[in-house]
Amino acid sequence: MERTLKDLKPGEKSIITKVLGDKGAVKRRLMDMGVTRGAEVMVRKVAPLGDPIEINLRGYELTLRKSEAENIIVA
Amino acid sequence: MSLKFALVGNPNCGKTTLFNEITGSTQYVGNWPGVTIEKREGKAKKIQADIKIIDLPGIYSLSPYSMEEIIARDYIVNEKPDVVINIVDATNIERNLYLTTQLLELGVNVVVALNMMDAADSRGDKIDLGIIEAHLQVPVLPIIASKGRGVKELLERALHVVQTATTGASAEVDPVFNEMHDASIVICIQKIEKNIIPQLNRMTGNSRWTALKLLEGDENVQKTLKVPNAMLSEIKVYQEKLKKKFDMDIETIIADSRYQFTTSVTRKAVKKKEQSSHLTVSDRIDKVVTNRILAIPLFLAMMFGIFSITFGTIGTFTIDFVDHLVNGTTAPFLSTWLAGAGAVQWLQDLIGGGLIGGVGSMLVFVPQIMILFFFLSILEDTGYMARAAFVMDRLLRKLGLSGKSFIPMLIGFGCSVPALMSTRTLENEKDRRLTIMLIPFMSCGARLPIYALYTAAFFSNNQTLVVFSLYLLGIVIAVLSGFILKKTILQGEVAPFVMELPPYRIPTLKGLMIHMWDKGKGFVKKAGTIIFSVAVVIWFLQYFNFSFQAVVDPGDSMLGAIGKTIVPVFAPLGFGDWKSAVALITGFVAKEAVVSTMGILHGVADATQGSTDLITALQTSFTPLTAYAFMAFSLLYMPCMAAFATIKREMNSWKWTLITVGYSTGVAWLVAFLIFRVGKLMGFS
Repeated sequence: MERTLKDLKPGEKSIITKVLGDKGAVKRRLMDMGVTRGAEVMVRKVAPLGDPIEINLRGYELTLRKSEAENIIVA
Repeated sequence: MSLKFALVGNPNCGKTTLFNEITGSTQYVGNWPGVTIEKREGKAKKIQADIKIIDLPGIYSLSPYSMEEIIARDYIVNEKPDVVINIVDATNIERNLYLTTQLLELGVNVVVALNMMDAADSRGDKIDLGIIEAHLQVPVLPIIASKGRGVKELLERALHVVQTATTGASAEVDPVFNEMHDASIVICIQKIEKNIIPQLNRMTGNSRWTALKLLEGDENVQKTLKVPNAMLSEIKVYQEKLKKKFDMDIETIIADSRYQFTTSVTRKAVKKKEQSSHLTVSDRIDKVVTNRILAIPLFLAMMFGIFSITFGTIGTFTIDFVDHLVNGTTAPFLSTWLAGAGAVQWLQDLIGGGLIGGVGSMLVFVPQIMILFFFLSILEDTGYMARAAFVMDRLLRKLGLSGKSFIPMLIGFGCSVPALMSTRTLENEKDRRLTIMLIPFMSCGARLPIYALYTAAFFSNNQTLVVFSLYLLGIVIAVLSGFILKKTILQGEVAPFVMELPPYRIPTLKGLMIHMWDKGKGFVKKAGTIIFSVAVVIWFLQYFNFSFQAVVDPGDSMLGAIGKTIVPVFAPLGFGDWKSAVALITGFVAKEAVVSTMGILHGVADATQGSTDLITALQTSFTPLTAYAFMAFSLLYMPCMAAFATIKREMNSWKWTLITVGYSTGVAWLVAFLIFRVGKLMGFS
């Protein structure tokens, strides 16, 4: 079973190995924001209502939903 | 010929601060992504008067994803600025350089301004500009836009670039390009450039960039160039080849390749201080503000706090102060002076009843509006807005919106017009439409005078609470509407939510003041123009009858006649007097005109009975219950003219504009009706 960004707990670090999904607006935005293969990510926290999550990558903070995090495979 | 320099950079990297620094203007700067919505122009007065500076919206990429990115890209490609000044946030070089790589691909003159060097310094980062320069092969200059440092040098360098630039990009793939992309990608681009581009009879950008965009499968470029299908399948061969090699789709391959370049440049040029284990200030604030339990109560408490200050002692003090100035000092002085100068009676009445009663009754609330704007500015400048979006996303998703829609809605508490325009940061067209339809329910600053007047007249013991309940009512109606509209006429997928959370910044007092004034001056200006005109027209219509004779009872005037014909519409809502009906109609011009119209109509009517106090006049024609219904109606019914025009422009459709206006007015009527009827049944009066 592959691990996704969604499975990481706050404080956990990993490296992105693949971003799933066909091309499309969401995927392109993720690319533009630097969510690409090889990037180191750390989950910072989960929003008060359980979704979205906040991650740190490439030296800045990004927020995305769990449904999007599910498509991001990490090592 | 004047030169054009375009400022391009990621959202929130300090473009507008730099723009203000160069042009000496006071554009408003916020700390949330998407502050600059349309491009703005200014002149570089400090350096050389004939340089035009264009501030483009902040973008992460040149791939056409949201409207702002399309605006920025089209500008660079079609308008061909002489130099693109690319502002890079020194604290976030790796991601900021991604846009830089795309600018370099375009083959335009680029000068990189490394901004916020002070912030990078204080974090202990060591940045070697020489290494970045060597890799990008364009000038890289350090600046601190907020303090004006390095700005002059930056512009001089840009000027130098224009003067020495060789025109026309070479057909050869330049060395930067080679370093930036994997050799196999470069080969494909070269082949497309050689074999396919010459067959096209149109051009956009240079041929190398066009080749790259075609390889990337950019639909906008395909459309502009009207690329025939045969050619597309030729390109597909290259795409397939790369796909096989990298086991990724073509867009990902290219994006990946760019990021590998920025990562390697950053690694070589930036020595970050060992990350210490202690939390940054941003982290500590975040711990509280986005805390699992505290976040939402904190948000509500903050809003409540803002309203209690705005409407509480401080707000009331400013009202009394201006009221004294207008009605206590200016009005008697003017009337004595006019009478002494022997002015005709109708002119005396126009000044006293029309201007003092109309414009004056609205001006009284301007300081209060300013206070509200001051607090909203703090929320925006600190970076709290983005956190609010983060906290609220889950709730908004239930309405089929994303947390990003929360920012325009919060801005809507100030004024609907900028709020409507800021929906352009939303990617999905349906989302944008829905957000636009909901924004008018957010109670804007112009409604505030109405609440202030009516609560002072009827709810003087718990003013803040009543006003807060109206703001909540607007939010509840927006929530329910979102739910209903998403299920009916605006069905669609759930919008994605991918957003940067900028670090907290301590706003400067100067920044806050500029920001507050920028928003608030509109109201002062409106008081002098639109409200003034409405006041004169209303005064005129209520002073004369259809045969242009002055009337004793305004009920017999032209306005009285007009009002009386529309009264039946409002009668079921409890405020069936013609004055209220007329006031609501003038509210379409500007919501605060409701107050000025009431001022004129009641002021004059009561002058004959020896009282000019608007509040006591209202107390005779309203009850607390009908006053509340009236305020609710004012909150919800059709947005003002300026908002109407903006909705039309942003929706780009008459149908949707009319749906929005019709919907809000319908809802307003229904809600006011329910408040009045149910309130009555429950024994309120």
